[in-house]
Amino acid sequence: MTKKEAYEDIPGTVVFDAQRARKGYFLNQFLYSLMQDVNRKEFLADEHTYLLKFPMTEDQRTAVMKRDWNTLLDLGGVSYALAKLAFTDGHSYQFMAAEMTGMTQEGYANMMIAGGRSLDGWRSKAERGEN
Amino acid sequence: MAKIIAGFGTSHTPAIGAALDLGKKAEPYWAPIFNGYAPAQKWMEEVKPDVVIMVYNDHVNAFDFKIIPTFAIGCADEFTIADEGWGARPVPVVKGYPEFAAHLVQSLVLDEFDITIVNDMQVDHGLTVPMSLAFGAPSAWPVKVIPLAVNVIQYPAPTGNRCYNLGKAIKAAVESWDEDLKVVIFGTGGMSHQIQGPRAGLVNKEFDTAFLDNLSKDPEALVKIQPLTYLRDAGNEAIELVMWLIMRGALGEQVDEAYRFYHVPASSTAVGHIILETREFHESRKARAAA
Repeated sequence: MTKKEAYEDIPGTVVFDAQRARKGYFLNQFLYSLMQDVNRKEFLADEHTYLLKFPMTEDQRTAVMKRDWNTLLDLGGVSYALAKLAFTDGHSYQFMAAEMTGMTQEGYANMMIAGGRSLDGWRSKAERGEN
Repeated sequence: MAKIIAGFGTSHTPAIGAALDLGKKAEPYWAPIFNGYAPAQKWMEEVKPDVVIMVYNDHVNAFDFKIIPTFAIGCADEFTIADEGWGARPVPVVKGYPEFAAHLVQSLVLDEFDITIVNDMQVDHGLTVPMSLAFGAPSAWPVKVIPLAVNVIQYPAPTGNRCYNLGKAIKAAVESWDEDLKVVIFGTGGMSHQIQGPRAGLVNKEFDTAFLDNLSKDPEALVKIQPLTYLRDAGNEAIELVMWLIMRGALGEQVDEAYRFYHVPASSTAVGHIILETREFHESRKARAAA
């Protein structure tokens, strides 16, 4: 095991590092396959059967089917690959980002229009009393 | 001799491309952004570069996770547009300049930058959105493009210092090509933004403003920004800004800011744009304007 990285102290953020990339390799390769329309259609027609083509963990498959975005980040998915799942559902990056925050779509969009999320309170887990 | 005359820094937010492609340009949400880029398009029309070196990142489109090059130069005749999951953007195919690209690779490797050579790849919004913002919607792009893809997806991205030095080596490589070419180098991505996790939506205007200021005032200060600082202070995806330092490094010591635009938001992103002219090019433009 590597020692705890400094970036693990950033709250609400999952840095896609070498260890997560390792864990998420087949999950991300599945997501990459959604670049092709024929694959998107096959996936949507029978999600679990399509997912069995990729040697990922059953936890990863379940999180895909539940569109459980934050769990997918924890299991090694990277946001740009996860976005392909959102696009396959007809959603946008912003839709996925809003879901990850737990805010409503409208609430998130309004926060952005008002200038975005402030760094205040979001600088460090230590500051927030997490971990 | 070929010469880099200017740098073009810009965000490459995919939603900007989608807004253009869906005819939403005049909508109140989008109009300020497209108005903000109108002077940039006018500048491009006046300057008429021959070649663009496009420093950008691929977003899991050209490259999956089998091979992750830190720096890759596209050496193909042309680059088709990727279907990122919602269909390919309806923009012209991007024409390359294989001979010049091959020269750059050769020069850069001998200068100790280990560039991955890519002879077949598609390009995504990271490249096409800056093209649209700089050149509008022509039936064919008016420049040849050399794509330089940088890994900023899997941590760690190359450091700001490494990127800045790569920019310097690109300047030397361009100037050793014996053909009169006007080259504009793009640095794309950023500015502050985070599109993942519970902290998504982070924007840091102070960070962005200082970054834009220091591109001309104190680039060495930007070169010292550590990866953790980008991630923590400006958002997980703000690490893309290291690509602007490749652009800055390629412009020489003195630059003059010709134009700047900043706007929040486009989707989850703070949009930043800057045109930096090399001192030599800036003086020649001033002289021509005065004549």
